[in-house]
Amino acid sequence: MSAKPAILAPATPSPTLAPGFAVWRRLFRQPSVLIGGGVLLVMLFIAMLAPALGTIDPSAINPAFRNRVPGVERTIRQDDGSSATFRHRMGTDSLGRDVYSRVIYGARVSLIIGVSVAAISLAIGLVLGLVAGYVRWLDGAIMRLMDGLMAIPAILLAIAVVSLFRAGLGAVIVAITVPEIPRVVRLVRSIVLSVREEPYVEAAIMAGTPTPKLMVRHILPNTVAPLIVQGTFICASAMLVEAILSFLGIGIPPETPTWGNIMAEGRNLFRIYPHNILYPGIFLALTVLAVNMLGDGLRDTLDPKMAGR
Amino acid sequence: MESAKPVLEVKNLTVALPVGGDRRHAVEGVSLTVNTGEIVCIVGESGSGKSVTAFSVMGLLPKVLKPSAGQILLEGENVLEASPQRLRDLRGTRMAMIFQEPMTALNPVLTIGDQIDEVLRIHTDLGAAERRTRVLGIMEAMRLPDPERIYASYPHQLSGGQRQRIMIAAALVLDPALLIADEPTTALDVTTQAQILKLIKELQSRRGTGVLFITHDFGVVAEIADRVVVMEGGHVVEEGPAEEVLTRPKHAYTRMLIGAVPSLKPKGRPEPTGPVALEGIGLGKTYGERRFFSRPRIVKAAAAVNLKVRRGETLGIVGESGSGKTTVARCIARLIEPTEGAILVSNADIAKLRERQLRPYRRRIQVVFQDPYRSLNPRRTVGASIVEGPMNYGLPAADATARAREIMKLVGLQPDALSRYPHQFSGGQRQRIAIARALAMEPDVLIADEAVSALDVSVQKQVLDLLDDVQKRFQLAILFITHDLRVAAQICDRIMVMEKGVVVEEGRTSEVFASPSHPYTRALLDAAPGRDFAFAA
Amino acid sequence: MLGYILRRLLATIPVLLIVAVLVFLMLRLTPGDPAAVIAGDNATSEQIAMIRSRLGLDQPILTQFLIWSGNLLSGNFGESFFFKKTVAELIVGRLEPTVSLALTTIVIAVLVAVPLGVLAAYKHGTWIDRVVMGFSVLGFSVPVFVIGYALIYVFAITLNWLPIQGYQSISGGFRGFLQRLILPSLTLSVIYIALIARMTRASVLEVLGEDYIRTARAKGQVERKILFRHALKNAAVPIVTVIGIGVALLIGGVVVTESVFSIPGLGRLTVDAVLARDYPTIQAVILLFSVVYIAINLCVDLAYTLFDPRIRY
Repeated sequence: MSAKPAILAPATPSPTLAPGFAVWRRLFRQPSVLIGGGVLLVMLFIAMLAPALGTIDPSAINPAFRNRVPGVERTIRQDDGSSATFRHRMGTDSLGRDVYSRVIYGARVSLIIGVSVAAISLAIGLVLGLVAGYVRWLDGAIMRLMDGLMAIPAILLAIAVVSLFRAGLGAVIVAITVPEIPRVVRLVRSIVLSVREEPYVEAAIMAGTPTPKLMVRHILPNTVAPLIVQGTFICASAMLVEAILSFLGIGIPPETPTWGNIMAEGRNLFRIYPHNILYPGIFLALTVLAVNMLGDGLRDTLDPKMAGR
Repeated sequence: MESAKPVLEVKNLTVALPVGGDRRHAVEGVSLTVNTGEIVCIVGESGSGKSVTAFSVMGLLPKVLKPSAGQILLEGENVLEASPQRLRDLRGTRMAMIFQEPMTALNPVLTIGDQIDEVLRIHTDLGAAERRTRVLGIMEAMRLPDPERIYASYPHQLSGGQRQRIMIAAALVLDPALLIADEPTTALDVTTQAQILKLIKELQSRRGTGVLFITHDFGVVAEIADRVVVMEGGHVVEEGPAEEVLTRPKHAYTRMLIGAVPSLKPKGRPEPTGPVALEGIGLGKTYGERRFFSRPRIVKAAAAVNLKVRRGETLGIVGESGSGKTTVARCIARLIEPTEGAILVSNADIAKLRERQLRPYRRRIQVVFQDPYRSLNPRRTVGASIVEGPMNYGLPAADATARAREIMKLVGLQPDALSRYPHQFSGGQRQRIAIARALAMEPDVLIADEAVSALDVSVQKQVLDLLDDVQKRFQLAILFITHDLRVAAQICDRIMVMEKGVVVEEGRTSEVFASPSHPYTRALLDAAPGRDFAFAA
Repeated sequence: MLGYILRRLLATIPVLLIVAVLVFLMLRLTPGDPAAVIAGDNATSEQIAMIRSRLGLDQPILTQFLIWSGNLLSGNFGESFFFKKTVAELIVGRLEPTVSLALTTIVIAVLVAVPLGVLAAYKHGTWIDRVVMGFSVLGFSVPVFVIGYALIYVFAITLNWLPIQGYQSISGGFRGFLQRLILPSLTLSVIYIALIARMTRASVLEVLGEDYIRTARAKGQVERKILFRHALKNAAVPIVTVIGIGVALLIGGVVVTESVFSIPGLGRLTVDAVLARDYPTIQAVILLFSVVYIAINLCVDLAYTLFDPRIRY
């Protein structure tokens, strides 16, 4: 970056997105993509295979077995009369629920929220951004609305939205999505505005290409790479916001195992039993870190102009 | 000042390229000498290694490039072996450099005075008042108007020419023995270029400075060089006194380069008699911005432009930056809407038509843009770009492809290349593709907006020949936008000279060049570098 | 210059208006009777009727909005039925802790992050750069409250250096005030540091690739001065911008941090109000934070002219 070898006068400057497999090869050479993607894959497997990972019902309450330290064992009487020992690897919470099982099942909620918030906000933001960038008379109205939404700090906006609905997965997804949309709209709009000045777009206009075709063929492809990158960062921040909402007690109902809920439940007895915050905290941080690393790696590969930011 | 004491001796310089480049060395075995009071021009096309050589002397190469062999002696001292500290001491005092882009070479947030003063602060112990006197003195020597005011100005408040003068002032304030100039006038308008060249020549002969001048332009070489070094692909291919190299080039490459320089003498061209293909009447474009609490800003980019182009005729619009020539072209192409006037194509006025009504006429007018690297969609194959237009107008895919293959041959490219992507082609090839794309629409009018300005001179000649060829073949009316009088002289039947949005002169090319009537046209012609020099065309 | 400031001020009016409309509509979008919602679960029917007539809920929606915003402009933010106070009183009482926390955090963050970012850019590609960038990604990834609890665990519980939680007003002694502010500010500053350091590094790196840096080198300038005289001032605009934008992150962090450290500030009030479904308070707090955020970014806009002479008035 600091060495700008303009004087090298490249014979063929590399295009923003080389067609073909070159991009994939470069992607798989990025350590941050490999590590981030790897950790994420593990989390994905954990979430999908949760029932098979030695867990018990994450919502099962056991008043006799509350607030136990990690590693404690307990005998379970099974339906057929026989008994087995179950080890609470991460202890139990103040309702006697198995923290390990809750943490494992919690991966599901986090990933679902991360992915769906990213997908929904990208989809809505893409449409609004394209419209704002191309339909001049709607541009002002859309962008002023987005300015207004962006003027409300994201978490407050999310809090405001959840306070309107009955708490639940859907409400939380809507609440986290709304503040993310303006950023996507701005990104898409700025790409549209700069790309439509490109000579190749003007050449397509001169070739009589109708506007919808122009958008799909010449403008939309330019948004793909930045949107993928933006999507990963939205995904990461969505998981964090979900945890924050749950932690504050205004997110997903407390009986649902989410990492935020486990930590919220562990707050009161934190001084004695820090593991209720430690374990879900590690899982959450690791997952978000993986997504962020993946995003950084994707950006460095797909968007050379932004490399190393 | 012919004492012939060498200021700079480059001996067998080799600079390695990073692994994976298109060749192993950026420059290899380069030797050259600059004596006191002498201007040595390094000439070459892009990628010849001329800039790398210059930056090696200053020790300013990007980190990926490392000199691997040879010596660079500045007044006898090998700068390749100098410590970073020593190198810093030499820069600004014994050697100085000016760059291509005066727009970006000055720090935008520091005042002009501060930036010249910086050199004195780094290298001298002078007091503030004394430094100020010296800075104002050197600014005066650069013939900058009102040095006191400019001292306190910021770069964005000055013109390009003034900024380059500031760069020269900062470079010469401590009287270095060697001045390196890396294409210092390439980004400037031709009239400004002439002034800067004159200034450099005057200063160096008065001060006895040795100048290493990097350029791609043989006109500039003819204007100022004492000696010439021609580089190609990282090697020096020819070296000698300017007069000799320019008139009796020995090396084939030099001969080719000089032969490709378009002559300022217009070619005799037959009077075009075809029907009128395009007419502009009273065209104007005004940009306005209304603002609260301050006067509205109104810019007349072009006003009252009348033009007429016949089939088979090339009309050149010539002007410097800000003259409005590109605005006119974009209005006619209807990439922007003119604020007044009419554009007549096939008996219809298209000036105010909406996009949908415009469609039938779009194919009549096609454009070839300046930047060959941005005028093709990097994600689509060349073929897809070429067939797009004809298919928009209902040609079946198979027919469109057949036409594309035909036209590829016409522009001198392999039809098989249709399935490749733009980044696999060179700049000149891409410009051929852009021409092919335009031709595929079977237009009446072709607008070439600085279409050869970004190309090396040898490639430029080929593309100009191609334009000439297709014009004859299809009886095209060509609207040729350029800042380059040499190019205009060679390709245009008639030219229009624009200044500040208005046409100041119009006429047959040969007549305008022979007896320009408007003072601005005369100034432009006088400023053309190397105008007195007859290249071996 | 005055014209410029006036124009910028005017430009914020539509944004403020839209925020006001959004916050106003928030209540009207809730299913059910807004009056009943405002009054809370334990309200009597007289109370509900009183609210309904006072808010003019029987009027057309535009009239309602005008009444509502008229009230806001005259400083009447409504009444909290949950806290049994006017919202204005409630907010004033919660102002000091939040302001202290935010200011301390901004100071810590800027002092740490800008030098870190410059250092990383200067040492581009070295292990120092990688450590700073690594820290920055980590800072974005660990939730604020986890950082808070980790700090409490280490410095308050294990080392016993600082109090675990709570807040002491500055009028009650500076030492105690500071002691209780250190951990929350550190907690809150992590993500802010990550953000600013990253942007500083990026923009300094970009500036270091500019032509005028090469010019400075050609003059024989030393690297240290190139970095501070030439690069940093040019990189200032994006850095200051991100400090302004980051305030949104800071406000979000305040809500969480105040909960973790039991600080009776506006953030805590927000959470309590949401839990109690105390809508007048929620609306007021959101409006207040948004106005502060807009005002800070307006100041940032105006500050550009200090760094960049090209920005015209």
